[in-house]
Amino acid sequence: MDRTFAVAIGGAAGQGVATPGDIFAKLFARRGLHVNAYNAYQSIIRGGHTFLTIRTGIENVRCFGDHIDLLIPLNQDSIDRHLNLMKAGSAVVYNSDIIKPIGPCEGVQLCPLPVSQLSKGSRSKVEQNTFALAASLKLMGLDFEPLAEILTEQFMRKGGKVVTDNLDIARAGYEYAAENFQPFVHPLPKTDTQYAVLSGNIALAMGGAAAGVKFYCAYPMSPSTGVLHWMAGHAREAGIIVRQVEDEIGVINMAIGAAHAGVRAMCATSGGGFALMSEGIGMSAMMETPVVVIDVQRAGPSTGVPTKTEQGDLWQMLGAGFGDFPRLIAAPTDILDCFKLVPEMHNLADRFQCPGIILSDLLLSEGRSSIDPRELNFVTEIDRGEMIVAGDPNTADQIYNRYQITESGISPRAIPGVPGHMHTASTDEHDENGVLISDEFTNPLKRRAMMEKRQRKVAGIESAVQPPVLLGETGATVTLIGWGSTDGVIREAAEILNQEGISTNHLQIRWLVPLHGEAIMRVLKSSKYSIIVENNYSGQFARYLRSETSYVPNGYIRKYDGEPFMPHHIVDAVKEQLASKTHTRHSVPMHEIRV
Amino acid sequence: MTTVVEPQKLATTDFKGKVDPDWCVGCGDFGVLSALQKVLAEMNIQPHDVVTISGIGCSSNLPGFINTYGMHTLHGRALAVATGVKMANHKLHVIVTGGDGDGFGIGGNHFIHTMRRNVDLLYVAMDNQIYGLTTGQTSPTSRKGMKTKSMPYGNVEEPINPIALALTAGATFVARGFSAEPRHLLDLMKQGIQHKGFAFIDVFSPCVTYNHDNTYAWFRQRVRKLEDDKSYDPSDWHAAMKRSLLWGDEIPIGKFFQRTDLPSLDQAEQIIDERGPLAYRENRIASHVVEKFVSELM
Repeated sequence: MDRTFAVAIGGAAGQGVATPGDIFAKLFARRGLHVNAYNAYQSIIRGGHTFLTIRTGIENVRCFGDHIDLLIPLNQDSIDRHLNLMKAGSAVVYNSDIIKPIGPCEGVQLCPLPVSQLSKGSRSKVEQNTFALAASLKLMGLDFEPLAEILTEQFMRKGGKVVTDNLDIARAGYEYAAENFQPFVHPLPKTDTQYAVLSGNIALAMGGAAAGVKFYCAYPMSPSTGVLHWMAGHAREAGIIVRQVEDEIGVINMAIGAAHAGVRAMCATSGGGFALMSEGIGMSAMMETPVVVIDVQRAGPSTGVPTKTEQGDLWQMLGAGFGDFPRLIAAPTDILDCFKLVPEMHNLADRFQCPGIILSDLLLSEGRSSIDPRELNFVTEIDRGEMIVAGDPNTADQIYNRYQITESGISPRAIPGVPGHMHTASTDEHDENGVLISDEFTNPLKRRAMMEKRQRKVAGIESAVQPPVLLGETGATVTLIGWGSTDGVIREAAEILNQEGISTNHLQIRWLVPLHGEAIMRVLKSSKYSIIVENNYSGQFARYLRSETSYVPNGYIRKYDGEPFMPHHIVDAVKEQLASKTHTRHSVPMHEIRV
Repeated sequence: MTTVVEPQKLATTDFKGKVDPDWCVGCGDFGVLSALQKVLAEMNIQPHDVVTISGIGCSSNLPGFINTYGMHTLHGRALAVATGVKMANHKLHVIVTGGDGDGFGIGGNHFIHTMRRNVDLLYVAMDNQIYGLTTGQTSPTSRKGMKTKSMPYGNVEEPINPIALALTAGATFVARGFSAEPRHLLDLMKQGIQHKGFAFIDVFSPCVTYNHDNTYAWFRQRVRKLEDDKSYDPSDWHAAMKRSLLWGDEIPIGKFFQRTDLPSLDQAEQIIDERGPLAYRENRIASHVVEKFVSELM
């Protein structure tokens, strides 16, 4: 990783951490810099401690990194929590009217802003944020103009007076910094590209729009609610019906109803809501009506820690719904992948007429990342699978069997409204023509044939999905294995290890079902020291991999404190494990930041 | 000169399902099924334009016995599924069928919310005041004191009042039928299908096997048609509420309430317009709209 720059804003919920955060992200992305942002927050509307990190650089910034270059504490609590972690060469910009730095901070430039003196009697509560924002930009070597542009856009709705006031405040902060503080040695670079900045939840929602989703419904649940908000806000322009439903049971059933009538339907929730959806997952499989469900994982079990991240829902996804049936499960590896995976999942769910589950987590869904807008492809392939709609060549004279036994296991699906294709889709076991074989007509031979028909789809699914690919050189000393959202941080950890002379390669799993166990085993066969890295307590992926392949890695790195991995957590754990003379090869890194 | 082709008249037999019902001989549900088949034929609604949706239970097997599109969904979830179907293709006639346990017990939450949303569908609850398919346990409409396998010393709970519940939850068409009054039931069904909004018909549909309290004879002695009372005005919600509380020697059946001034969910939903059913819309979003979505992020 080339040089990056990270700015962090800390404050109480309600103090306005988000707005300056958005402004930083926009400024960086418009400057042609990549951005990765993560907000550590709490389940509280006012108060507590929120800590937003925005990291930027010329190359793709894949995680929020290991250290802060510039800290903006908005209250005493924030500076108390973070000052001791600031390294030499960094800076802290703060309102000296209300904040006093306590404790040692060698080599850290303290930049006190006398806010009341600068504001000349203006009484806006968040003006300290604007002062700090403008002063910080001066330290980073940015011009004033781009900030003026963004502030104008931001406050235009509130009228010319508000714009002028804010510009005056910003200019005062900017000038004060020029006269009183030392700019950073390396001013932020600039490129000709312009990036979009979006959260994983927005990416998932936009991915749905690109996939042709026409019905979206949800029950609000952190950290998945952002998908609902984007969908609701853009529903009319996108031609999507968006409904808020009474509970997640209603959500999945409504989505399946819409899908059954012929539209692409999607819903998103978190672990607790998904638990309520389980029976619906089985219904989708049994009726062979495709539906796509997004589970944004948060720290569990039960209500757990609603605003903290975890990769703890894998086994719930593997086991959701009783009985045996084909399903699809994939975990996007970054925010752009959140966008790309959704149409891919819809195509597969439609083709194989089964439930598709997307396993995101708080880190991806509520994190932000810069994306080249050309990557947001809305003319991606749409494959609705074998579907019979009104107006198709008339086959009404032939007998239509909705669940016709085929070699592929896929039976052409007529949607309601097509003449001559009436049938009942049933959650009870049924014959080819949809007639129940669960009561009067129970028949072991037919039951077996229907079970095998559905399960034959598994082979097709396996060949429709690409197996994972090893990143880095084969034969490296260390192989790091992760799944889903940890891709970015593991990549960066591997880069650091390689730079430090510990050759490391990396295998990231995106498709969990199908897993491609044999392909994974071929890759891992040549690994010398393998470590499975995951954001949960029990090693859910490690256990799954073992159950599918009998593979046991040499070590584990796990974190289940609610916060995501930082690169040094992995780097340090790898080094410890390589140096270890004991059999304890299970690292649980400590999260040093108090959030 | 143009020739007007008369749409082919449908017969009840056109709605005969792939298999015959496997209900007990004498089950009230036969009367409901046959009234439904008759009314669809009389109204000349094409079988492929109807989706009959149920949950789980004896009466919920109905979609398998009628020749329309059918969905035999999860226990209690039919109304949620039906809402999705109606949103995706509002041109379809959606009919939901099920029992008292399915609709008022496990599905109670969806029952309330589907009514307040005024989803345009006909919901026929075959109310036998017992759980039949699980061989005779207390249901949400079982009378207080009734002895069942699950409450052998008698039900200690008050039963739910589906009519009063529907009225307070905002249903725009609320009626009660009796499966042994087929013509009356058929007429209610016809009005329910014609009603643009949520139409609820609670139908007394006696269970001859497990409920020996609420028998055909028991109902016959008690039911009184609201239609016979010329002074009754079904547009008066308060009058409907008052009648809904009547239970005992006299039990009203008929149309309790109807209002037509509220839009149904598909009428209120801005996305549904002259472009036709969502299921037949273009999948792609226009490029100028996409450009706007992306520019918001820049």
